[in-house]
Amino acid sequence: MAPRTLYDKIWDDHVVHQAEDGTCLLYIDRHLVHEVTSPQAFEGLRMAGRKVRAPEKTIAVPDHNVPTTLGRENPDQMPEESRIQVAALDKNAKDFGINYYPVTDIRQGIVHIVGPEQGWTLPGMTVVCGDSHTATHGAFGALAHGIGTSEVEHVLATQTLIQKKSKNMKVEITGSLRPGVTAKDITLSIIGHTGTAGGTGYVIEYCGQAIRELSMEGRMTVCNMAIEGGARAGLIAPDEKTFEYIKGRPHAPKGAKWEAALAYWKTLYTDEGAHFDKVVTIRGEDIAPVVTWGTSPEDVLPITGVVPDPESFTGGKVEAARRSLDYMGLKPGMKLTDIEIDTVFIGSCTNGRIEDLRAAAEILKGRKIKVKRAMVVPGSGLVRAQAEEEGLAQIFIDAGFEWRLAGCSMCLAMNPDQLAPGERCAATSNRNFEGRQGRGGRTHLMSPAMAAAAAVTGRLTNVRELMGEMV
Amino acid sequence: MDKFTTLTGIAAPMPLVNIDTDMIIPKQFLKTIQRSGLGKNLFDEMRYTPDGKEIPDFVLNQPAYRKAQILVAGDNFGCGSSREHAPWALLDFGIRCVISTSFADIFYNNCFKNGILPVVLPPEAVAHLMEDARKGENARITVDLEAQTVTASDGTTFHFDVDPFKKHCLLNGLDDIGLTLEKAAAIDAYEAKAATLRPWV
Ligand code: SF4
Repeated sequence: MAPRTLYDKIWDDHVVHQAEDGTCLLYIDRHLVHEVTSPQAFEGLRMAGRKVRAPEKTIAVPDHNVPTTLGRENPDQMPEESRIQVAALDKNAKDFGINYYPVTDIRQGIVHIVGPEQGWTLPGMTVVCGDSHTATHGAFGALAHGIGTSEVEHVLATQTLIQKKSKNMKVEITGSLRPGVTAKDITLSIIGHTGTAGGTGYVIEYCGQAIRELSMEGRMTVCNMAIEGGARAGLIAPDEKTFEYIKGRPHAPKGAKWEAALAYWKTLYTDEGAHFDKVVTIRGEDIAPVVTWGTSPEDVLPITGVVPDPESFTGGKVEAARRSLDYMGLKPGMKLTDIEIDTVFIGSCTNGRIEDLRAAAEILKGRKIKVKRAMVVPGSGLVRAQAEEEGLAQIFIDAGFEWRLAGCSMCLAMNPDQLAPGERCAATSNRNFEGRQGRGGRTHLMSPAMAAAAAVTGRLTNVRELMGEMV
Repeated sequence: MDKFTTLTGIAAPMPLVNIDTDMIIPKQFLKTIQRSGLGKNLFDEMRYTPDGKEIPDFVLNQPAYRKAQILVAGDNFGCGSSREHAPWALLDFGIRCVISTSFADIFYNNCFKNGILPVVLPPEAVAHLMEDARKGENARITVDLEAQTVTASDGTTFHFDVDPFKKHCLLNGLDDIGLTLEKAAAIDAYEAKAATLRPWV
């Protein structure tokens, strides 16, 4: 057999049917569901008198809309429309018999954090969710991508998706990262390099020493933003770190099944000589701590840079950059480190895991915030509990942060966690679009350590300056 | 789903690149549990002031474009969130076709599930149609899915590519789920085989 990429292998193992024109029916191993993109899909099933084909492979959790303040079990805390949406998920999960983590369950959290945490996500699987950041699960060597609501309905009814195969793209990060540089800096730098459409039509496999050296948390951060680079999915080949992370999780295989799974997982890598349609190589040493300055995730610069001049771009990007700077209230030539911050948000499926909270707490220890408000929203109830046990919660609280319950929160601001017009936020989430965190809100994306640094200085800051001996 | 065969209509120019689905339909409108009724909030934050007044400069508020059925847009249209509320809002407003040099993957697929035709054309062709769209309601653009062509008001015709299966479904207004369920035996067979090969899944 010709050498195959990791993507080719997973794809081949999931083809149910292939039509002459190459359109495939692909089997879906895990379907994750949340409250915002599923109501119309369940309604569609009901109207057609259909059932969920594989409820045991379907996992639902409310996350986008739920309040993150204490006492949220009380429905009065939620605006009427959100309450209806969460109640609809409660009912749909029950009526259709699918796995469910309601807000009252400690395991509740952001769908892309809960899946891996509970051992639902395993190497070599196909994983979908009505959410573009499903790419996160690619960190396990699973083919994972976002789908629309019609496709959610299609998967619920048939456990398959109609797909055409994407092309293969390799993104290699060679060597090691320098101090203060994290997985978030890698993923933002890649998008800065390729642009938000650079991955369109591709599935990306991330590889290279710097990727291998990342923890599973870091790998999830990298894959999470594959979609911001336009790719259908991001993948990282599983290795000992992956197996170690999975072992013992509630839904991970056990005993003889574990051994069988392990033997299969070890075949999940790109064969020597396999063909990639596009290759990007970045030296790990060249990646700096970065921030975004504009309203597209491709608007990335090292923190030591200055706000660019729109005229320095070409084509449609000139007008887009002009509009961005106007929206962001910035002038060309300004030093990024002179930009003052009002609010800090640490959380989201990009950076709401335990390692992210540790990195931020490391910077915050013994320091106080200089911004108007700062909040930490752990990615799941279990992350929250662990952070409390490790004493991280206290560090955040002592520094002046609000310590919240799990959910998407200010990543997309569907609940009351929103920016006011003109309010400027250092955020660890993944999108800096106009209005993403609240109408008129201004978002700068960065790593948790960089967000913590901004919190204590009140402006965008090079985290290396606060790292003391660590550098 | 409504069929899409041919369409002759007013095209609105939106030359901005990277128009994301947060712009197309901001998150505060995702709380609905229905598909309809989103058209009034299409491009909400670009279209209305915070107190709900129309912003006269915005293209769809201009008299010539209030009945637009086609959008001609900048590169990478529909990037960002997977929300199908974006095509639902476009459709509810009356948009049946979007023309750009490139689309984000999920948005592109979502359009076909809702009777909207996304057309990818080279930059020169999009530039030509953008100029045409700027002429307002007198410049009607014709889109023919069967022939895979877009014709500008001056008669210039551009050919576009579309996946044959997607074209077939859109021309006939077919429901994917019904088509897939016809392959139930193949799905059963796959599940049986997978249960022995990968019993831990
Ligand atoms: S945290 Fe943000 S990006 Fe992630 S699933 Fe929630 S809303 Fe989407």
